[in-house]
Amino acid sequence: MVTPVRPEALDVGRLRGDFPALRQEVHGKPLVYLDSAATSLKPQSVIDTVADVYARDCANIHRAVHLLSQRATARYEQARDKVRRFVNAARKTEIIFTRGTTEAINLVAQSWGRTHLREGDEVLITELEHHSNIVPWQIVCQQTGAKLVVVPMTDQGQVFVEDFERKLCDRTKLAAISHVSNALGTILPVQAMTRLAHQRGALVLIDGAQAVPHVTVDVQALDCDFYAFSGHKLYGPTGIGALYGKERLLDGMPPYHGGGDMIRSVSFEETIYNDLPYKFEAGTPNIAGAIGLGEAIDYFGSFEPEAVHRHEAAVLRYGTEALESIPGVRLVGTAPDKTAVLSFLMEAAHPHDVGTIVDAEGVAIRTGHHCAQPVMEHFGVAATARASLGIYNTTEDIDALVRALHKVKELFG
Amino acid sequence: MDLRELYQEVILDHGKNPRNHRLPEPYNREGRGYNPLCGDKITLRLQLDGEKITDVGFIGQGCAISQASCSTMTEAIKGKTVREAEALFEKFHAMVTGEGGDDVESLGKLAVFAGVREFPMRVKCATLGWHTLNQALHRGSGQVTTE
Repeated sequence: MVTPVRPEALDVGRLRGDFPALRQEVHGKPLVYLDSAATSLKPQSVIDTVADVYARDCANIHRAVHLLSQRATARYEQARDKVRRFVNAARKTEIIFTRGTTEAINLVAQSWGRTHLREGDEVLITELEHHSNIVPWQIVCQQTGAKLVVVPMTDQGQVFVEDFERKLCDRTKLAAISHVSNALGTILPVQAMTRLAHQRGALVLIDGAQAVPHVTVDVQALDCDFYAFSGHKLYGPTGIGALYGKERLLDGMPPYHGGGDMIRSVSFEETIYNDLPYKFEAGTPNIAGAIGLGEAIDYFGSFEPEAVHRHEAAVLRYGTEALESIPGVRLVGTAPDKTAVLSFLMEAAHPHDVGTIVDAEGVAIRTGHHCAQPVMEHFGVAATARASLGIYNTTEDIDALVRALHKVKELFG
Repeated sequence: MDLRELYQEVILDHGKNPRNHRLPEPYNREGRGYNPLCGDKITLRLQLDGEKITDVGFIGQGCAISQASCSTMTEAIKGKTVREAEALFEKFHAMVTGEGGDDVESLGKLAVFAGVREFPMRVKCATLGWHTLNQALHRGSGQVTTE
């Protein structure tokens, strides 16, 4: 049996203390949380910030002249600026708060897609997309007569730039691609893909839901046209996320939702829409969520990105070797360039049984199709078990998973 | 939490070696079951002679609980009338959801699934075969999902 080398530590022992959810037992065992690709745990500072917004600055934004509203508005707009800096966008007007990645993609599909797609046009996606980067495009293709074209992935779970290039043509109007695969952990060569798409005159939307906690994102360097991500996978609250879009594109797009705050003036004859980004933020937004996301970005930013990446890569390497050394365990998704995800199958038991048994050992993993059924289809399975990493995971967590998997083998023989 | 309560020997055995794991010919009822949560799929076929289930079999893939439940179900209902099978389903459902009394004895071998009530996330696995049976008996064709 291989004995993997333990990575040098970020001060993970200390930062684990920031996450109150880790201070609990499940089924009488200390919680080992290996499901951060579904949602990350939240540090105390984010929880406190959300509570503080409701406790102190509970007011609607962009509306009243009273002090609470001024404070809430200021904090909400500060949060937008934190998001801007986090993805290195040039302007705050390019950052739209949404409910999450899913809503951000739907916004682009409906607002940009319905306006610009025509019959015969093509929207390019890849085989490893999450359902939220498939279905919105299917819907708009049905509405407009455009065609959805899929770039294949390899049996290791890679998407090659050459395969992407082969599917690009003059009819391609937009490519919607994952930055990191949620089911497999593959990091896609999005910068090269974006350059190629632009050469053919196509726009690029990047689904960054799984990337933001693990990969440094710079939308200007990527030169992507849209970048979507969620707060809750980045140690922030659920129900909040953001869409980055290039200003000149957002300017030309019609509103996604109609309602309050997205207008400048309304009469029954004519409505004049508000400026960016408010044109796309109809209704009272998730104010506490946005401010909580800003705090999550501050929290995450308090660590050296290189140290985070090094730590997570080391735990991933350790986990990969540990799982590979168990007879009857097969990893699904073995791209050389991957992050934070260990999807696997066991000969002895179905993923769902694996999930129940390791849960009884205190180990939380995800089982199922991970909202990526075409990926499961590619590998000829209905489901996998998936252990995924966050900043707080250690090699000891992997050891606990391995012990739990041995329980599965004991039980199922 | 004792996993042996859930994964009883009978369940592990039927999960690994499901009985009546074939599609009977001739048949006059068919049902398809799908659990979108975990991807479990089964196809169930029955031959009814009047009210009596004279033959039953299934094929499918899924977790040990869903496959074992379907396997033990086929054993339990073969030779029974439709009404008797329905009564079994009712009792079985009450047992795995924890809504039943302690009358598990009349369920015979099916009583090994009593442990499922401690695992609410797995109730759908244990009832997939039974829901599919229900659909085959009453709706004739189509697909039932557990969602």
